[in-house]
Amino acid sequence: MSVFITRRVLQSLVVIFVMSLLVFFGVNIVGDPIDMLINPEADQADIEAAIRALGLDRPIHEQYWYFLVNALKGDLGKSFIFAEPALKLILQRMPATLELAFTAMFMAIFLGIPLGVYAGLRPNSKVSKTIMAGSILGFSLPTFWVGLMFIMIFAVMLGWLPSTGRGETVSLFGIQVSFLTWDGLRHLVLPALNLALFKISLVIRLARAGTREVALQDYIKFARAKGLSSSRVVLVHIMKNIMIPVVTVLGLELGGVIAFAVVTETVFAWPGMGKLLIDSIQLLDRPIIVAYLMITVLMFVVINLVVDIIYSLLDPRVRLKDVKS
Amino acid sequence: MKLLKMTVAALAAAMLALPVAVSAAGELTIGLASEPSSIDPHFHNLGPNNAVARVMFDRLIMPDDKQQLRPGLAVSWNPIDDTTWEFKLRKGVKFHDGSPFTADDVVFTFQRAPNVAGSPSSFGTYLKGKEITRIDDHTVHIKTERPYPLMPNDMSTFSIVSRKHGEGATTPDYNSGKATIGTGAYKFVEYLPGDRIVLERNETYWGDKPEWTKVTMKAIKSGPSRVAALLAGDVDLIEQTPTADIEHLKGDPNLTLSQGISNRVIYLHLDHDRAASPFVKGKDGSDIKNPLQDQRVRLAISQAINRDAIVSRVMEDVAIKAGQLLPEGFFGVSDKLQPVAYDPNQAKRNLSEAGYGDGFKLTIHGPNDRYINDAKIAEAVAQMLTRVGIQTDVVTMPRSVYFKRASRGGPDGTPEFSFILVGWGSGTGEASSPLKSLIHTYDKSKGFGASNRGRYSNAKVDTLIEDALATVDDAKRQALLAEATEIAIDDVAIIPLHYQVNTWAARKGVKYRARTDEATVATDVISE
Repeated sequence: MSVFITRRVLQSLVVIFVMSLLVFFGVNIVGDPIDMLINPEADQADIEAAIRALGLDRPIHEQYWYFLVNALKGDLGKSFIFAEPALKLILQRMPATLELAFTAMFMAIFLGIPLGVYAGLRPNSKVSKTIMAGSILGFSLPTFWVGLMFIMIFAVMLGWLPSTGRGETVSLFGIQVSFLTWDGLRHLVLPALNLALFKISLVIRLARAGTREVALQDYIKFARAKGLSSSRVVLVHIMKNIMIPVVTVLGLELGGVIAFAVVTETVFAWPGMGKLLIDSIQLLDRPIIVAYLMITVLMFVVINLVVDIIYSLLDPRVRLKDVKS
Repeated sequence: MKLLKMTVAALAAAMLALPVAVSAAGELTIGLASEPSSIDPHFHNLGPNNAVARVMFDRLIMPDDKQQLRPGLAVSWNPIDDTTWEFKLRKGVKFHDGSPFTADDVVFTFQRAPNVAGSPSSFGTYLKGKEITRIDDHTVHIKTERPYPLMPNDMSTFSIVSRKHGEGATTPDYNSGKATIGTGAYKFVEYLPGDRIVLERNETYWGDKPEWTKVTMKAIKSGPSRVAALLAGDVDLIEQTPTADIEHLKGDPNLTLSQGISNRVIYLHLDHDRAASPFVKGKDGSDIKNPLQDQRVRLAISQAINRDAIVSRVMEDVAIKAGQLLPEGFFGVSDKLQPVAYDPNQAKRNLSEAGYGDGFKLTIHGPNDRYINDAKIAEAVAQMLTRVGIQTDVVTMPRSVYFKRASRGGPDGTPEFSFILVGWGSGTGEASSPLKSLIHTYDKSKGFGASNRGRYSNAKVDTLIEDALATVDDAKRQALLAEATEIAIDDVAIIPLHYQVNTWAARKGVKYRARTDEATVATDVISE
């Protein structure tokens, strides 16, 4: 196990370095942030002063070297627009995004798996067919449109839920969270469901396919023949065996949900990292884009590692293989 | 299946929550399209920042909703000799913490505003070359090297901060509220970046009593979401209402729309400079001499554009066709200039007179996320030009890429394009702003023509602009500015298309005094 983890960490370092090169140079080829920042009334001298102040007059490799040296010290640069450390700005908005992402994942698991298993156990029933049709819609409807429809239906027409923004927050271990207040929860439902819709559909399909396969296996037949209650067969013997693909996909999707909840956050004006990223891209706030992508890379690396560890817990064969290597 | 039922039940319970609470009486919630990058009033000279700062921090002179200069912390301002202006300050004004406002605070602001660390766009633009002296507690003198008529305009652009709290204060100190002590109509309460800004009424404000006890500003960037938030009652007022929604919102009895012309003109800039322009080609694609240098060709292009069609079809009537750099009513505009009339036949005659009867090929470049319907306007212009024989292609791009290339994307930092769509909002609310930046010859040493992306150059116009900028007498300066505008427009230095009209939408009972500077300012929101 430790050999496995060490090897993965080394690989990850290489990935992170290569990504830093790609991201830094990629972002710096596009446009010029000065035109986004400076007041149009500024004259040529003001513009040149601003270029110098941001260090944009230096050659690109020098800028990269500077970035790399500081990054190793844990400083990912200062935002052009806010003049505050990029890392701080991103971390500031992380709780809001994590809250949204975890709520969405929670919905995906607790709605997706039961619905999927049900559809897998009774593939020909009308309910199952409805579930599957629903999952096709969940897959194919664009997130921004669904988000707007949610707002139109639940906020504008029915007036049940607030349309945009994050609700009241309370401090939990020093982090501001909103899911512990009623107002916060009401604000959370629509964006989380919007973000979760695709994942729910995905989990339904995975769970259904897994269930249909597993339900025909000999050990299930044996369990039934042994006289186990059907709830035990489903909850223990089937559920456990369909989880490997579900965990893999959810692990990867979690990274995606955290890093790129951009559309949902924009539609619902959710003050998270995704909104910060899209604003930064539009205004070419390069340090934030670079820092954001570096954090994302790091996060994916970590999540993959965690997924591998969960595998070994779910499937002993994975663990044995690693010891050999 | 129990689990499933429980989850569904829990969700249903959440959905059946109480209806959305409407803001309590006297409270106002505003949905902003773009949020400020900081609460520090001197950090970033940018529209959204200034709009929020100006309700917490007064300025010496406060431009009103039509950008007319009104007394703020200064009660009067007069030139006492050619190069010195005297500002008499308002007496009895108190900062939010109760400390008195004096000339020291003004002097301190002059030191701080141009020197904020990390500022992406500083107020130095308005403060350089000016020396301030404190005469007594309520009088200051501001000296310049040469006569400087725009002194009141410049003094209307920046916030006066408290010396007591501002000394040594950094931008984070303002963001946290520690140093955010102004004299303005509203006091700082809370700033959550990306989420909201909360202000409360300053009960001891020296001016008109502020209307709202509490003002919350939320950033809702996406246009449709902003409209939905208004319809759902989550916000009371939104800015930058998407043009496509205006018709439908007008018919809603629960809403009030406030519209107003802005100081922003949308115009076309043409390459006056290069003998062969990179995006002008002959009909067969060969290189030709730059036809845009011929006034008749430029005029033909202007005549070929049907401004009425652009206003009614592309802008859905939320724009006003333009004949010069600023709409009428602003200082320094000419009362003789009218929008060029649509006359395709005359355009064709002008083209053949100039020797381009067969036309030529042209590419129009424009942004697609900067001005209202910018890409669609470029397409419409291209179609109209193609109809008179100038075969025009359209290339649009995000503003983050566009402005760099349009300003200095070519060799040696010259403008890259030949024919571009741009807009200009006059921050000072008078005609010298666009004349100085767009029309005057590009001159780095003097700081003129910084946005002259067509490199138009006319010695006579230059002299008039420079004379105007040294003429303190208002009537004379007005005449000089108007004359400069007339010559430039007759010469088709640029082709004005229309002035933007901005639309604010509010719930019934709330009205916005539409501002020409496009800003959403809490003190201009009134209840009916």
